[in-house]
Amino acid sequence: MSVDKLKDAVKQILNEVDIVIGYTEGFDKVHATPLFINTQDKVDQLIWDQRCVHNLASYLPSLKRKKVGVIVKGCDSRTIVQYIQEGLINRENVKIIGLPCSGVISLKKLLKAVDFANIDDITFEDNGNVNVKTEKETKTLSLMDIAPDKCKTCQYPTPLIYDILIGDPIKSDKPKESVYEDIIEFDKKSLEEKLAYWQKVFDRCIRCYACRNACPMCVCQDSCIAESREPHWISQRATLTEKFMFHLIHTVHLAGRCVECGECERACPMGIPVNTLKRKINLEMKELFDYVPGVNPDDKPPMYTFNVDELKIKEHKIG
Amino acid sequence: MSGLENKEMKIVGFLCNWCSYGGADTAGVSRFKQPTDLRIIRVPCSGRVNPLFVVKALLNGADGVLVSGCHPRDCHYSDGNFYARRRLEMLKRLLPFLGIDHRRFHYTWVSASEGARWQQVVKDFTEVIHKLGPLNLTREA
Repeated sequence: MSVDKLKDAVKQILNEVDIVIGYTEGFDKVHATPLFINTQDKVDQLIWDQRCVHNLASYLPSLKRKKVGVIVKGCDSRTIVQYIQEGLINRENVKIIGLPCSGVISLKKLLKAVDFANIDDITFEDNGNVNVKTEKETKTLSLMDIAPDKCKTCQYPTPLIYDILIGDPIKSDKPKESVYEDIIEFDKKSLEEKLAYWQKVFDRCIRCYACRNACPMCVCQDSCIAESREPHWISQRATLTEKFMFHLIHTVHLAGRCVECGECERACPMGIPVNTLKRKINLEMKELFDYVPGVNPDDKPPMYTFNVDELKIKEHKIG
Repeated sequence: MSGLENKEMKIVGFLCNWCSYGGADTAGVSRFKQPTDLRIIRVPCSGRVNPLFVVKALLNGADGVLVSGCHPRDCHYSDGNFYARRRLEMLKRLLPFLGIDHRRFHYTWVSASEGARWQQVVKDFTEVIHKLGPLNLTREA
């Protein structure tokens, strides 16, 4: 991963666009933060390594009228493809710099691995080792042990759509079947077990709506029905019913649209597996309509269209 | 009076104005006896039915939800029920993952002339819900 090549590319396209979105050092060694580059001198602040976890494509719909350059990993590029499918961005206004990626870190997992000690320094080796220096010790971890779950089954390490690709394309070495293994496994449990599980995890929800705010496909912005009073879908009461309803609103609104970038789970302060329900629907969409969100710009999201004769939907009998 | 012996349960029915609501009316005019657990909400089209209506009903005390529209190809607005079919099928497949029995939610097509069929649907669905018993998703009173 050469950050110099990236800087050169950004410098070049900065002449054609209003702004380029990339990553820079955050407030400490383990955090990266989004960087908005509008002048040449800001380019040198760019970084690119395993700390670059954010899905920068999320900014694109709100910048629809501007010419924007954006740096994306493989998973983030699916967001752009989905935006194109839904007409949320103008492709000709976006310059995409693609970066093949072999995994990022999950801050939650990293902190757990070092027993929540303060981290003074972190370095990454090409062989997948991560050296962490904390106040107590120096530890070498394997990147895959502290990577988010999405990286462990990543099918698209190389961006699916880009104008400039920095570095060599990477092929996924993870089996296709592994992507939804956990979903299929969970579905085998009894109804009582499953309900008890969701009651337990949703009860933790504090309704901060961080998952919704971080979600690149939650594009209703200020018209979100979770906050509207007319109609009043959910009240302010802190009950399980309301929490359950909020998560189902998020799930159903993302039916067949979720690109599984995992930003919802990364943003969740309560460690709720927010992405699981959406992935379950994606699994069904794959089976029903052979549709995978964010892969082909020419596809149409399944809930936006129909077939007069649905091949896979059979009429149900009562009971 | 519940058509069944035991306590009446709460079943919500979303019926499209043009076919199923007419079908229910036909059943009524023809004096076909039906259990009374079903509460009917008339909607302009089955395409108006947001899957979240069903979720909201189940979370807030309904024991079962029935959605009924015009037969495919017979929609008053030509394609409303085609969209409904995809959305409702999605929901039907999601519910068991949440731990809700998929039998508590049923969607079907009944035309305005099918009074007898409507009676059968209501009878069968009510029977299933009575067999499944009350639903209390969030352990709240």
